[in-house]
Formats: sequence, structure tokens, C-alpha cells
Amino acid sequence: MIQVFFKEVLDNLRDRRVIVSTLILGPLLGPVIFAVMISFMTRQATERMEAALELPVIGAEHAASLTGFLEREGVIIKDPPSDPEGAVRREEEEIILRIPPEFGDAWTAGRPAPLELIADQSLRYTGASIARVRGYLNAYSAQISQNRLQLRGVHPDLTRPLQISVVDLSTPESRGGMLLAFLPYFIMITVFMGSMHMATDTTAGERERKSLEPLLINPLPRWQIMAGKLLATTFFALLTLALGLVAFVYAMSFLPTADMDMTLNLDFRVAAWAFVLVAPAALLAAALLIILASFAKSYREAQSYMGMVILIPMIPSFWIMIDPTRTETWMTLVPLLSQNVLILELVRGEPLNAGWMLLSIASTTALALVLAAIAGTLYNRPKLIFTSD
Amino acid sequence: MIEATRLRKTFDKGRVVAVDEVSFRAPDGQITGLLGPNGAGKTTTLRMLYTLLKPDAGSMRIDGIDPEAEPLQVKRALGVVPDSRGLYDRLSARENIAYYGRLQGLDKATIARRIDYLAGVMDMHEFIDRRTTGFSQGQRVKVAIARALIHDPRTVLLDEPTNGLDVMTTRALRGFLRQLKTEGRCVVLSTHIMQEVAALCDRIVIIARGRVAAEGTAAELLRRSGRDNLEDAFVHLIGSDEGLLA
Repeated sequence: MIQVFFKEVLDNLRDRRVIVSTLILGPLLGPVIFAVMISFMTRQATERMEAALELPVIGAEHAASLTGFLEREGVIIKDPPSDPEGAVRREEEEIILRIPPEFGDAWTAGRPAPLELIADQSLRYTGASIARVRGYLNAYSAQISQNRLQLRGVHPDLTRPLQISVVDLSTPESRGGMLLAFLPYFIMITVFMGSMHMATDTTAGERERKSLEPLLINPLPRWQIMAGKLLATTFFALLTLALGLVAFVYAMSFLPTADMDMTLNLDFRVAAWAFVLVAPAALLAAALLIILASFAKSYREAQSYMGMVILIPMIPSFWIMIDPTRTETWMTLVPLLSQNVLILELVRGEPLNAGWMLLSIASTTALALVLAAIAGTLYNRPKLIFTSD
Repeated sequence: MIEATRLRKTFDKGRVVAVDEVSFRAPDGQITGLLGPNGAGKTTTLRMLYTLLKPDAGSMRIDGIDPEAEPLQVKRALGVVPDSRGLYDRLSARENIAYYGRLQGLDKATIARRIDYLAGVMDMHEFIDRRTTGFSQGQRVKVAIARALIHDPRTVLLDEPTNGLDVMTTRALRGFLRQLKTEGRCVVLSTHIMQEVAALCDRIVIIARGRVAAEGTAAELLRRSGRDNLEDAFVHLIGSDEGLLA
């Protein structure tokens, strides 16, 4: 068994494709995409919030005091385009304020004065601008209503029966955790990336090279040969995982987290815990991929299966991204899902729940061992040994 | 020494009968040839002997060991060069052979000594430390034979060993097989080439449609068929010339 392991490791370390896919692309792809994506997103968000807002206003002459207020707030009032609706539709402008001619009459009569915000709310990037314009207009509205009430001798607080304030208990770590929602996916995928090539090469590849039949004539129980291959595959998966985590720790230091007032709790200590947590999933991935690849008639067929399997770790990750819920004990019993939720707990800086960790490791290891046992019996089927006939 | 008695093997839930009833004996110190057209059941018979297939019926003994009961024992006693001779391209010839040595449970020193010996006998020194990518058929067969014999087995099975080899390599291989015989080993090879058995084999087992059509020395087969050359005898004994040209 150990002989098979060493041979497969040596054999595959000499394969340039393995080095590239398992030891370079696999670990680096996730962190790089992740870091670039996150820093782009945060930069965009901060730029939008800080940049001066340019607002084309139609009929500015109907409400001089409003435009004056906006200018004092730092909004740059622009002349409107000739076709405002068209300009928004063509995405030349994000948002345009229209002050209709009847604004003045309504204003002096004390009726609600109409204003129109022209925008396409289905464009996600306009959301921040719309919110900012609304914010200014609400502030103006509040200021005017206070003045009016005071003129009439009414205390403005009468119109405010409630005063709501949110006590935000989120810590910089936990806000960082929100940002890291899809970190678990990128970590889980390294295990699959790392074992993909090995699983194919040692099973479907061995058959295609026509070296499987002579290999099985050696005086070694067949399950041991399979176990050697499985161990070698797991070894590469763990290697990819370890390198990937190290890469993540370094990638995090390049993120502009200080600008966003949050801390990303992904140092080497957390990475080590994540490794312990995901290690059983490496065996799981290796066993699953080996089973699939053993059934494939050729290397190419095996590779096409691999592409689909990569989607499996996505399912729990996307589910958590779309429907973020509290971590519950049953989640830690579901392999792949448990790693997802627990990595999130880790990067949010929550105290480690040893029970959950154990449940996750135990349940994933159990499933992995079942799959490994199935893999171990595969070479007892003559169909999987002889391809040509 | 191999004894096979009434071996039977079917595939596809009994619909395809690969080996119907094959019995033969291959003594030590002799080369026994399984001769038959393609698809006659030679490879299936060998695969049962080297335990990759389980017979549906019949029994086998290799040096008195039952392959079905003690597959690992038999695998240690056998040196097998199967039809598939895939090598690991990223390993050198020496590493390919040493891997099988380790799987046989040999220690480092023994492996090194055996590789030296086999490389000498089969004239492999020139390429022994090269990676096997781009090896010629002849070089590949030599590596496949060397790794099958790394543990110095008493019984050697070869499935169509000269397939795809040129004349010179075939000659060298025959010389090597004769040497195995003089060392007192039991050598069994399958082939569909008449000249091969004529030139090499002490005993011939003719297999056709999964059955043994005839068994004996070349002279015995000629006498029994009443022909004066082996080819005619072969056609006469299997009852047709089907598969001969393949």
C-alpha cells in the first residue's frame, strides 16, 4: 500500500500538468480571484460613497432654495440633458431630478410639492446614488417641516413619536465575515482541484496506459492498491489545501480592509483550524473522484465527470450565500455544509465550538471512509480492469 | 508446474462462452505453447491462471497451489507478462521494474541485484535509466518482462510475447525464453503464430472455440493428424482455417 503511495506521488510529481494544476493554479486561483474581486468591490463602494455627487436638475429655477440646499451639501448641480428619460435609459446619467413648474405653487400653498427622480432601479450600481439623493431630499424635507412647525408654535418633537436607533453589536471581525461569505467555497474547491488530476491519472489513466492489469498481478490485495492510490490523491488534495490557505492568508493582507472599518480574521492560526476542519473533506473528495474516475472508460471521459463534480462543493456555499442563517447543530453533521458554516464562524472571529468541530470532522470522516471502502472494492470487478474487451 | 482441469468461463451472464472446457498440463523445464486463433480463449485461460478472472467451473493448480484459494501465494509464484504491457512513462525503466520489485516485497539490495542481472541478460543497459517515453516496442517488452521476473518466479506466463516485435528482438526473446527453460522453470506462452510454437515449444496445446483441440509435442501432433507440416496439422486439428490469417 505504502509502495503504491510513494510510486504515485513520485510519478505525478514528475508530471508538469500536476504541478501546474495541483500545486500552482489550484491553490492560487481562489485567493487571487477572491482578493481581486473583494478589493474591487470595496474600492467601488467607497469611491461611490465619497465621490462628489453630480446631479442633473430639470427646472432648477422652480426651486432655488432646494438647489441651494443641495449645493451646500456638496452636490454639483448640472444642466439637464435634452432627453432626460433617454439619457437614463442609455445609462449616460444614473439619476436626474425633475422639479416640475407647479412645484412653486404647491410650495407656497403649503401642499406637498412634487419632485421626480428619474432613474432605472434595475441597474444595481445606481442604488447608492439614488439613496444619496433621497437622503439629501429627506433631510431638506425634515428641515423645512421643522421650520414650518416652529413658525406655527408647535414643537417639532410632536411629529416624532418614535426615536429609533440601532445599537450595532457587530465587531470589525464579524463585518469582515460578511465579506468573506464565499471564502469557504474557495477553500473547499482547493480540495477538489487538488485531487482531480490524481484521481483521474491513477485510475482511468492507469487503465488507458494499459498498466492496470499487470499492476494487479502483483501479490497485493486489490483494496491495498486502491488504498495507496487513494492516499496519494488525498495527499495531493491536502497539499493543495495547505498551499491554498497560506495563499489566502497572504492575499488577505492586500485587501483594503482598514478603509472599510473591518478586520478579516484569517491569520495562520485560523488557517490551521480551517485545515483541520477541511482535511476530512480532502479524503471525501479523493474517494468520490476516484470512484467516478474508475468507472470512466477513458481519461477524457473521467475528466468530463470531474468538471461536474466541481459543482458539488458549490451547492452548500451558494445556499449559505443566498440564505444566510444561524449555524445550527444539524448543519455541522452534513459534510461539505458543515465546513462551510464552521469556516464562516472562524473568520467571523467567533469562539471555537469544539463540539461542532468534532461533529463536522466525525461526520465527514465517516462518509469519506464509506466512500473509500466502496472504492476499495472496485478492482474486484473484472469490468473495471479490462477495458479493451 | 501448471495443471488446469476442465476450466470454464463465460461472460455476459453466460451468453458468451469464452472458455468452454480447457484442460492441460505444463511441466517444469519445458516451454508450453497455447496455440489458437484469435478469440479462441487463450487470454481468458491465462487470466484465470493469474487470478484476474475467476473460472465458472474447473480447477487449477500451480506448483500445487490453488489460485482461487490462495491468490496472493500464486501471484508470488508467477511471473506474468500479460497482453497489456503499459509502462509508467514518467518513470525510468529501472524505476518501473523496481516498483514491481517493491510490490513483490523484495528489499532494495535484492531489487538492485535482480535489475542488474536482468538488464544484462536482456541487453537493457543502454536504456535502463531513461524514462520510458518514446521507448520502442522491443524496449517496452523487455521492461515488461524484466518487471514480471523481478522476483525470480518459478513459473512464467506470457501472453503473445512477440506481438509487435521485429525479427531481431523476437530472436533475442526466444533465446531468453530457452534460457528460462534450461534454468528449470515452467514457461507457458500463448500465441497464434505457428512458427513461434514450432521454433520454441516443447509441448503444444491447441485451443479452438474455448476447447482443447489437441495436446502434445510437435511430433505427436503431426502423427495424430497424419500431416507432414504443423500448419496443415493445426488446420486439420481445429477443423477450419479460421483465424489463421489474423
